[in-house]
Amino acid sequence: MAVATDLHADLNSMERRRKLYSAVVLIAVISVIFSGYGQANSMNSGGFLDGLIKFFDYPSEIVIEAWEEKLGLPALFWKFLPAMLETLNIAAVATILGGVCALIFAFLGTANLGVWPPLVPIARRVMDIMRAFPELIIALFLIFVLGTSPVPAMIAVAFHTTGALGKQFSEVNDNLDRKAVEGLQACGANWFQRMRYGVIPQVLPNYLSYFMLRFEINVRASAILGFVGAGGIGTELRRTIGWGQGAGDETFALFILLILTIFLIDQASSYMRARITESDRST
Amino acid sequence: MQIDNLTKSFGRVTAVDNVSFSIDKPQMVGVIGRSGAGKSTLLRMINRLTPATEGQILVDGTDVLTLNGAARRRWQRDCAMIFQQFNLVPRLDVVTNVMLGRLNGHGLLKSLFSLFGQEEIERAVAALERLGIADQALQRAETLSGGQQQRVAIARALTQDPKMILADEPIASLDPLSAEVVMKSLREIHERDTMTVVCNLHTLDTARAYCDRVIGMLHGKLVFDGKPSELTPSAVRDIYGAEQEIDESTTSTALRSAKKSAPVMTAEPVPA
Repeated sequence: MAVATDLHADLNSMERRRKLYSAVVLIAVISVIFSGYGQANSMNSGGFLDGLIKFFDYPSEIVIEAWEEKLGLPALFWKFLPAMLETLNIAAVATILGGVCALIFAFLGTANLGVWPPLVPIARRVMDIMRAFPELIIALFLIFVLGTSPVPAMIAVAFHTTGALGKQFSEVNDNLDRKAVEGLQACGANWFQRMRYGVIPQVLPNYLSYFMLRFEINVRASAILGFVGAGGIGTELRRTIGWGQGAGDETFALFILLILTIFLIDQASSYMRARITESDRST
Repeated sequence: MQIDNLTKSFGRVTAVDNVSFSIDKPQMVGVIGRSGAGKSTLLRMINRLTPATEGQILVDGTDVLTLNGAARRRWQRDCAMIFQQFNLVPRLDVVTNVMLGRLNGHGLLKSLFSLFGQEEIERAVAALERLGIADQALQRAETLSGGQQQRVAIARALTQDPKMILADEPIASLDPLSAEVVMKSLREIHERDTMTVVCNLHTLDTARAYCDRVIGMLHGKLVFDGKPSELTPSAVRDIYGAEQEIDESTTSTALRSAKKSAPVMTAEPVPA
């Protein structure tokens, strides 16, 4: 009987502790938000609330200008299509390049796959470092060295992608059913064959969805890099936004192109994933 | 195959303790003993999945424990292993799983592009037909029942063209009917291909029914080695380290003993 009351007391105190922790976290979050707001507000030139009123002025201006020039929009889409394709191109090459490197790092960075054990933490730390650098910083540095062209943007995005995708891939690897790998080992399959047949078939669907999501993120990242001179749709956006009034229709057309592209990638990704999981169910 | 003083220690725990025995002619050997007696470790050491601490395993004059790299993988191919949990690749179809038994000997390019020859496909299908599951050849392995998956695993073992088969608790996760099919398949392989089959079992009657020879292990040591008929009640007590008699019919998973061991209800409830 004493055991039961002890257990009760323990459970009650545990529950109280949990509630206390939740309350502490909640208070911390609220105070961070408010102090952060105060800090930001005092550092800005205009107050946040004053800015908020004018917040929709610029977007509405763009929409109004686009509405006035609505007949010219198809021509503008056509005009900016090459820039969009250039951005897409940068993103695609960077994602594929980064994806291949990520694949290698992910396998080296997963414990218990039969990799030389000291290599695992090294691969993980390298991925951390690659992930830590924002694309923009790497691109600025490379543009300084290599000059303005899409190549620095591509390298910058690929570098970050290796770190980010590598981390996600190696997390997928962690949830692997290792029995299949052991089964192949017992057949006398070498390390490469065990990875190719024991691991890849299991992780491929998740790899694919992370890859497509990263592609989508990279389209946006490549667009931003246009602002610092890497070409593509970002360069056009910088020009039209920099002009301010008068270029609203062009800005509008560029945003629509960007949004449509993201939609398309998302649709393609869902379609591919559905195909893979569908063949799971049909058997 | 001759095993001499084979020992495996995990830290201070000795899982397999100085075990020696030899298999001179093709036999069906059942290894029995309590959970944790070292049965699995013994089989895994023979296949080189687990490194041995001491001892040697001589096969045709070579100590297979000293093999490395390609020679070691070649040996792993020669002693096919079957697992309690089947260890198939769940998302691949059955026939591919079976063909993976041929991976040893495939070069890098062949492995990369999954190139299996006509002969290998035919071999895999023949193995599936032999085990009566050719109809499921194109299904994903994970969609099959446990008994079917274990038969796929045996088919994979057969395509390895092994010299012996090691089966680690092959029927421990199966229902009685599937268990019987799997044990009969292993026995048939032993008889028709005159191949040695070493099988870890956790039920005595399975060992009696299918094996020519029984090895009993207790706390890592070999405590019994003989014919199933020599498994007297006192020998069984020694193997399981039990104080009293073990009623085999209550632990049995065989179909025919089910009738015998139907629960007998006592009229008077035993006072607590």
